[in-house]
Amino acid sequence: MESITGLILAKYNYWMYISLMMVGLYAMIAKNNLVKKIIGMNILQTAIILFYISIGAKKGATIPIIMHSEGHGHEAVHAVQYINPLPHVLMLTAIVVSVATLGVALALAIRLYARFGTLEEDEINDQVREAP
Amino acid sequence: MNQYPAFLIIAPLLAACLIASAAWLRRSLCFPIAVLGLGTSFLSSLGVAARVLTDGHFQYRMGGWAPPLGIALEVDYLNAPVLVAVSGAALVSLIATRQIIEREQGPKAPVFYTLMLLAVTGMLGMTATGDAFNLYVLLEISSITGYALTASGDRLAPLASLRYLLLGTIGASFYLLGVGLLYMMTGTLNMADLSHLLPALYGSDAIFAAFLLILCGIWLKAALFPLHAWLPGAYSHASHASACLLAPLMTKVMIYVMLRVMFTVFTPAYVFEQISLEGFVVTLASVAVVAGSLMALAQRNLRRMAVYIVVAEVGYMVGGAWLGNQTAWTGAILHLLNDVLMTLCLFLAIAALAGRMETTDFKNLKGLFSTMPFSMGALVLGAMSIIGVPPACGFFSKWFLLKGAIEAGRFDFLAALLFSSLINVVLFFRLFECALYSGDDHHGPGEHGHIEIHEAPLSLVASLWAAAAGILAVGFYSGSIVNNFIKPALM
Repeated sequence: MESITGLILAKYNYWMYISLMMVGLYAMIAKNNLVKKIIGMNILQTAIILFYISIGAKKGATIPIIMHSEGHGHEAVHAVQYINPLPHVLMLTAIVVSVATLGVALALAIRLYARFGTLEEDEINDQVREAP
Repeated sequence: MNQYPAFLIIAPLLAACLIASAAWLRRSLCFPIAVLGLGTSFLSSLGVAARVLTDGHFQYRMGGWAPPLGIALEVDYLNAPVLVAVSGAALVSLIATRQIIEREQGPKAPVFYTLMLLAVTGMLGMTATGDAFNLYVLLEISSITGYALTASGDRLAPLASLRYLLLGTIGASFYLLGVGLLYMMTGTLNMADLSHLLPALYGSDAIFAAFLLILCGIWLKAALFPLHAWLPGAYSHASHASACLLAPLMTKVMIYVMLRVMFTVFTPAYVFEQISLEGFVVTLASVAVVAGSLMALAQRNLRRMAVYIVVAEVGYMVGGAWLGNQTAWTGAILHLLNDVLMTLCLFLAIAALAGRMETTDFKNLKGLFSTMPFSMGALVLGAMSIIGVPPACGFFSKWFLLKGAIEAGRFDFLAALLFSSLINVVLFFRLFECALYSGDDHHGPGEHGHIEIHEAPLSLVASLWAAAAGILAVGFYSGSIVNNFIKPALM
C-alpha cells in the first residue's frame, strides 16, 4: 500500500504528463475532425513541455536569479536553493517549435476547408474517393 | 579554413533570410542567392571532408563556448561524407527544379526557395551537431519547412501534408521526451558527454525507455515500414520540386541520426549486448523491405512506385545497422550515401518526365526512349543502381549488406534483400518495356523516319546527369570511400 501511494503521489508530475500525453495521442488517433486532431497534437507537445518543466523543480528552491546587490556579489552559489533553469530555457525553444507547428497545421486546415468545404476527415476521404 | 563547419550551416540560413528580403527588391536575384548559399555549403562540406581525411575527428565550438555548456558541431568520419552528400544533392536538386518552381509558384517562388534552404539548413545541422537537444530543434526546422514544402502540390497535397505533420510531430515529440529522460538521468545534453556518463547507468529502466522513445521517434521520421504511412502520400502529391529535395534527403538524414544515437550517444556494447533488440529490429527491417517492394509492385504510376521504393530502402539501411557486424554497418553507411544519389536520380528523372505529360502513369510512358532519350538514359542508370547492377554504386552497398547478413546468420534479411532486388528488376523492366514501345501502331518510326525529341529543360537534364554520373563515380570509388571514411568511422 505504502509503495503504491509512493508510486502515485510522489511521482504525480509523471502521471500528469503521461495522462496529458495519452489524451493528446487519443485525440490525434481517434478524432474525426482535423482541428480536434491538431488540438490533440498541441496537448501532446504541451505534455512534454510540462515534463521538462517539472524535472527542473526542487523542493523549497526559488527562481534562478542570483542577487547582485551590495555585498552579495561574491558569495558562493548554492545550487540547491535555485530551481534548475536549463529545462525551462530548453522549453522556450520547444514552445516556439510547437507554435510554429500549430501555425502550419492550422494553415493547412484552412487550405483543406477551402478545397473540400469540410474539416471532417471521413467526408474529405469520401470526396477523394469519388474524384481522386 | 577552421570555420568550414559554421559556413556549412550558416550559408544556407543566411541565404534564406537574404532571399526573403531580396524578393522585395528584385525577384530575379532570389535564385542566384539560393545557388550561392547552397554552393558555399557544398564547398564547405568538401573542405570539412578534406580536413577529416587529414586530421580525423574535429570540433567547432559555436561562439567559442566549450561543450558541454556550449553547443559544438562535431565532424568525424561518419558524418563528413553524409554532409557532402546532403549539401551536394540539395544543390543539384535546387538547380534542377528551378523551372518547375518558377512555373508552379509564380510570384511565390522566393518563398519556396526560402523554405528549401531552411530545410537544408536543418538537415545539415542535424548531421553536424554534437548536441542532442540542438538536434531536436534542427529536426523541427527541417520538418516544419518540409510540411510547408509538401503542402504545395496537387489537390490532395495539403491533406497528405497535414497527415505528415501530425505523424511527424508525434515522432519529434517522442525524440524530445527521450532526450528529456536522458537529461534527467545524466544532467547533460551533449552527445560526447552523454556517451561518457551513460555506461554507468546502462542498467537503468529510464535509460532503456529513453533509448526506445528516441528510436521510435527516429523511425517514425525515417518512415520505417509500419510507421511509413505518411511518406507515400506526402512525397507523391507534393510538387516535384519538393519531392526532389525531400525524398532523397529527409529519410536518409534520419537514418544517419539513428546511427549517431546507436554508435555515439549509446555504444554498440549497449545496443547489441545489454539489450537484445537486434533480432526483432532486423525482422522488422526484413518485413519493411519485402512490404515496400510489394507495394511498389502494386502501383500503376511511376511516382507512386518510386515512393514505395524509398520505403523499402529505409528497411535496407535499418536492417544493415542492426545486423551488428562491421560488414553490415559498412553496408548501411555506404547504402545511406548511395541512396541519396539513387533517390535523387530517380525523382529528378520522374520530374523530367512529368514535365512532358499529365501524369506519370505507366500507360503515358509509351515511346519515351525515343522522345526523351537523355532523361530515360539517366533513369536507366538510377534503376540499375537500385537493382544493384555492378558498375553502379547500389551494387557495392548491397553486397556489403548481403555479406553482413550471412555473417550475422540472418538469412531472413538476406532473403528479403534478394527478393527486393528481384522485384526491382521486375519494376524497372516493366517500366522500360512500356517506354521502349511507342504503342502507337499508326505512326510508328518506320512510317515517319524520325521522331521529334522533346526533352525536359536543359538545367533539369544536366542536373539529372550530374546525379547519374555521381552514381557511377561513387560506384567506381566505393572502395576508397569505404577505406577512407567508413572503416575509420567504425573503429
